[in-house]
Amino acid sequence: MQATKRKIDIDYTKYDFRDEVKYVYQSKRGLSREVVEEISYWKNEPEWMRQFRLHSLEVFLKKPMPTWGADLSEINFDEYIYYIKPTDRQGKSWDEVPEKIRQTFERLGIPEAERKFLAGVGAQYESEVVYHSLREDLMKKGVIFVDMDTAVREYPDLVKKYFGTVIPPEDNKFAALNSAVWSGGSFVYVPKGVKVDFPLQAYFRINAESVGQFERTLIIAEEGASVHYIEGCTAPVYREDSLHSAVVEIIALPGSHVRYTTVQNWSKNVYNLVTKRAVAYEDAFVEWVDGNLGSKVTMKYPAVYLLGKGAKAEILSIAYAGAGQHQDTGAKVIHVAPYTTSNIVSKSISKDGGRTSYRGLVKVQKGAVGVKSTVRCDALMLDEFSRSDTYPYMEIDEELVSIGHEATVGKISEDQLFYLMSRGLSESEALTLVVLGFIEPFAKELPLDYAIELNKLIKLEMEGAIG
Amino acid sequence: MPTLEVRDLYVSVDGKEILKGLNFTVNKGEVHALMGPNGSGKSTLAYTIMGHPKYKVESGDILFEGKSILEMKPDERAKLGLFLAFQYPVEVPGVTLFNFLWKAIQSNNLDSTSPRVSKLPRSIVDYKKELIDRIKNLNMSEIFIYRPIGVGFSGGEKKRMEILQMAMLKPTIAFLDEPDSGLDIDSLKTVADVVNSIRSQDLGMVVITHYQRILNYIKPDFVHIMLDGKIVKSGGPDIVEKLEQEGYAWIREIAAESAD
Ligand SMILES: Nc1ncnc2c1ncn2[C@@H]1O[C@H](COP(=O)(O)OP(=O)(O)O)[C@@H](O)[C@H]1O
Ligand SMILES: [Mg+2]
Repeated sequence: MQATKRKIDIDYTKYDFRDEVKYVYQSKRGLSREVVEEISYWKNEPEWMRQFRLHSLEVFLKKPMPTWGADLSEINFDEYIYYIKPTDRQGKSWDEVPEKIRQTFERLGIPEAERKFLAGVGAQYESEVVYHSLREDLMKKGVIFVDMDTAVREYPDLVKKYFGTVIPPEDNKFAALNSAVWSGGSFVYVPKGVKVDFPLQAYFRINAESVGQFERTLIIAEEGASVHYIEGCTAPVYREDSLHSAVVEIIALPGSHVRYTTVQNWSKNVYNLVTKRAVAYEDAFVEWVDGNLGSKVTMKYPAVYLLGKGAKAEILSIAYAGAGQHQDTGAKVIHVAPYTTSNIVSKSISKDGGRTSYRGLVKVQKGAVGVKSTVRCDALMLDEFSRSDTYPYMEIDEELVSIGHEATVGKISEDQLFYLMSRGLSESEALTLVVLGFIEPFAKELPLDYAIELNKLIKLEMEGAIG
Repeated sequence: MPTLEVRDLYVSVDGKEILKGLNFTVNKGEVHALMGPNGSGKSTLAYTIMGHPKYKVESGDILFEGKSILEMKPDERAKLGLFLAFQYPVEVPGVTLFNFLWKAIQSNNLDSTSPRVSKLPRSIVDYKKELIDRIKNLNMSEIFIYRPIGVGFSGGEKKRMEILQMAMLKPTIAFLDEPDSGLDIDSLKTVADVVNSIRSQDLGMVVITHYQRILNYIKPDFVHIMLDGKIVKSGGPDIVEKLEQEGYAWIREIAAESAD
């Protein structure tokens, strides 16, 4: 057990394959008013959305690049392809999806998961959603689960009422970019009192090189409704970087419960710059379960604005950074109303020079009495080349509150490894167990199949990979 | 050929010399007591035999059935049949004893050719049954096997979980490092009963202790007294009584005499 360089790469081979697909249309490289107009044209959108896009483009061009987080200096906005239309129509059954694309999703296990335990599935390939389904009984209860483009056409009143209200284009440069060129993503509407018993899942796949994916998701849970939405994402490995910049807005009306689970495993050439935010009204409960394993750079800080008395937020995240990766992630909770509670748990692992940063904000506004908030972030470094930082910000403007904060940063414990090895486990088995134990609070919140997949990913490369 | 033999062992930690020419032999079927004041190096000996990377062997040798194990990693030593019940068991958050010990037993099953492996459970069903039986014998609820190892356990619960692991892994030579510390008298008796029940011709045991109390329940065949990194006196169980009456001062005198 000398100072070996410990390897626990995420196995990527499963996701690293490319398809030769003929696209219906693809915009030329770079971003311009013309490209935005084209996207809007292809989508046959109402005028208000076209205006929203053009306004957002103005905002994007005016805003400087954020410099407070990860290094984004290598991003060149002129090099990306902002819109790729892979097919002419969306499938309602997998048979209607072009064969190559269908095979992709089969390899990723989506139809199988759908048969086993999902209430609905959306599958996005490049810029457009190519497949969508929802269990019939849920449809009859008035649940809506469609891609965002369809929603703009078919549910204009609902979309107009909420779209861009939680995250306006002015919020940040990448929210503005998404607002200008967004395509695909999910629209979920759960009517009053309806509880969606099984998860809805969307899967996002980038296939081409240098492409930008800008899906837009809007989830509305009416009073007393509940829904669990899962998002998965992968892409093949390319030399040129790709850009994924999503916006996710959640509106949790009084007494509703929304859980949003993500495990992103983007290839290590993807910039993943995502804005996710929820508003929670009286007694509503919003949970972000957010796993970041892939990408070159991720900047993502799921947020909840607790607007109504008694509302609750839970943000549970893990980040894993290997060689060349920077996971700049965290959480943000704004306590606006009294008696609101929040709980933030963040776990990060870095190795082989990877870097994780936790960036968090807990804000309690004046008058929000009886607030309870706890933050816990733990960072584990597997070697001396890796780095981990925490930036926990607190802005507490009310005295009658209870706030707890705990943070640990540590090397993997030699005593733990020795203890497990003294019972007969090899060093890599022991290391795997310690790491899996470290992320267990996260894994146990995932649906079983996802937890198994996550454990497998981490295990695969750890075992037998120690020199 | 002795089962385990320690020859003129010198060990240092962080550059500090702790074991200073220690000799010691233990065979299958024997129970040894290793006594000595705090800081005399008892735990250091146990850790070194198990292969803790912090404990550096400067000279001397450790032989298992005649072969040096100095180059072996802790897991390889475990597979030979060495076991250490820790004085301070480690906590491993998120890892349950149930999962971890099954993995350990599978590893032992795979790699070892020794006959003790035939006594290990083969299927997870047998494993679970045996584990639950044994934890009940230790007067502990089976829920402990599904909790993360050590996390939130009392000192006594941790100690009993060590004995449980020993009983499950069926080692050839086991070191029990202060299995009595932190135990009330009832727990001590429970632990002693379990230890006595697994005493056999196939198991050599070294009970490390600071006090003679536990030796009233686990009767040793041999007793050794350690002082400042060396064994200064070895003999039969009568030494324990003498130690009880005269304290370690008596041993210090002997040590001083033999140094002259
Ligand atoms: N990991 C360690 N780092 C530094 N010093 C140690 C370490 N382990 C033991 N020592 C020192 O070695 C000496 C013997 O300790 P130990 O073997 O624990 O004795 P015992 O178990 O007999 O009480 C003590 O002086 C102790 O401080
Ligand atoms: Mg000790």
